[in-house]
Amino acid sequence: MQSELSVLFRRRRTWAMLFTISMIPILLAIAVKLSGSTLPPGEGPPFLDRVSQNGMFVGFTAMIMAIPLFLPLTIGVVAGDTIAGEANTGTLRYLLVAPVSRARLLVIKYFGAVAFALAAAFTLMITGIIIGAILFPVGPVTLLSGDVISIPAALLRIFLVVIYVSISLMGLISVGLFISTLTVIPVGAMAATVVVSTVTQILGTLPQIAVIHPFLISYYWLGFADLLRNPMSLTSFASNSLLQLAYIVIFGSLAYSRFTTKDVLS
Amino acid sequence: MNQEVKPQYAIFTTGLTKSFGSHNAVDSIDLRVPRGSIFGFLGPNGSGKTTTIRMLLGLANISAGEVSVLGSPVPDAIGDALPKVGALVEGPAFYPYLSGRDNLIRFDAADRLADPATRKERVAAALAQVGLTQAASKKVHAYSLGMKQRLGIANALLQPRELLVLDEPTNGLDPQGTREVRNLIRALALDGITIFISSHLLVEIEQICTHLAVMSHGKIVAQGSVEELSAGEVMNLTLLTADTALAIEGLNLLGIKAVVDGLTVRAFVPAGDVKPQQIVKTLVELGVGIQGFTLLAPTLEERFVLLTGEGFDVER
Repeated sequence: MQSELSVLFRRRRTWAMLFTISMIPILLAIAVKLSGSTLPPGEGPPFLDRVSQNGMFVGFTAMIMAIPLFLPLTIGVVAGDTIAGEANTGTLRYLLVAPVSRARLLVIKYFGAVAFALAAAFTLMITGIIIGAILFPVGPVTLLSGDVISIPAALLRIFLVVIYVSISLMGLISVGLFISTLTVIPVGAMAATVVVSTVTQILGTLPQIAVIHPFLISYYWLGFADLLRNPMSLTSFASNSLLQLAYIVIFGSLAYSRFTTKDVLS
Repeated sequence: MNQEVKPQYAIFTTGLTKSFGSHNAVDSIDLRVPRGSIFGFLGPNGSGKTTTIRMLLGLANISAGEVSVLGSPVPDAIGDALPKVGALVEGPAFYPYLSGRDNLIRFDAADRLADPATRKERVAAALAQVGLTQAASKKVHAYSLGMKQRLGIANALLQPRELLVLDEPTNGLDPQGTREVRNLIRALALDGITIFISSHLLVEIEQICTHLAVMSHGKIVAQGSVEELSAGEVMNLTLLTADTALAIEGLNLLGIKAVVDGLTVRAFVPAGDVKPQQIVKTLVELGVGIQGFTLLAPTLEERFVLLTGEGFDVER
């Protein structure tokens, strides 16, 4: 596991993605700072109006902007690469002969990708806090419900948001892992995973199929706003976790059954 | 049934079959690789060699038959055997963005039974064995084919192994490298390690192997120790002399039918029938002036083509 993490985080590509993710809050903050005008509350992405008042909101706004496309994109890259990438470089057969059991390989690859998701969410928030502190006044945070909480309490909630978002992505990672076992072309697996993420979100906007909405992987993705209420509402946290767990179980089993029975010809 | 036969065989298969659809790439083969042997695995392209190797290593599913590697049935107990097996299969493969050393560390870390404390030393020792110590810090995407090949062999040597499965080990190596690999193989065999080599370089195989198996169209057409396979063979006798008529007489005396070809007398002599010393003695006593004399076994290439056919097309 340690080897997997070290290999994953030593790749230039991983750092390039983390760097680009960190640019989101930075660009956001600079844009707000330079525009100077204050938006009426309710316009633009959520929390954008509060950014100029309190730098702590940079992270949240950036997260809301990143979750629909950019985070799933980077997750798709890492998750799609898990097995297909090894097959493509030809190293899969040498890992299996090392020996690594197929189940163990799947688990290690999965949690490597989860570690990346955590790192990505964390990077985004931390950069947001730092740039927000640099460019805007920082003070006690006014929540959606109107209450004011202290900075340490706000930091705790930020931490919870990072966890929430990472959990949100765990289901998608398991889908990506499964797709990765189906092909030896990593780019294909990456693209397919991103397509899955995009399509589920599109489906989530169609009122005609509202009945399946709660089962879509992205249903609770923006639900971390609930963590910013007082009292903190953990219901969407719990529902999200359950939903992701279901996806992990389903696609994890699919990946397991596929990977343990197929011939490794690469 | 399998348990008794295991100890003296590193690889033991019964009726091993691999079918793709209706076509049997590997058709019920009984492979017997004795422990401690240097086993040459030959066959034309498409004969099923690589598929067999993949099945032995647990990479491909077995359609029918039984396999045991180092006493452990495959695929049920393959995890017991694989730590003791080092492999180079269908060419080396590495992470291009890591250095040679880091690649070996990665593969060693993947092996649960490899002791992390000795990792550095073992990786260094493996690199030294293949002559890559200087180049170990370069990223693999900068490696030449021969360097990757050496690194692949080093990967097979990270731990003390009982069985080495080497697919074209000298591919891309310069003459020094080829010699080194040959010496390395011999040294490892002396330590009792079983070496299973698949190669098209028949000259190489001839020089180092103690046992052979030849595959053709998914079946094993010849298998056994080199002595067993050479017995019953016919040697080529070539005699350079001016006294051709006398020579023919002399050979007839020994029961050898010969033909004249200019200044050369040729004959086929069943192996073991008549010793070359005897032939020379008889001819010299008759007064035949011998300018050149060879009594040679057919080369492995000739035997191979005999077994597998002259056709150029890939089998399947």
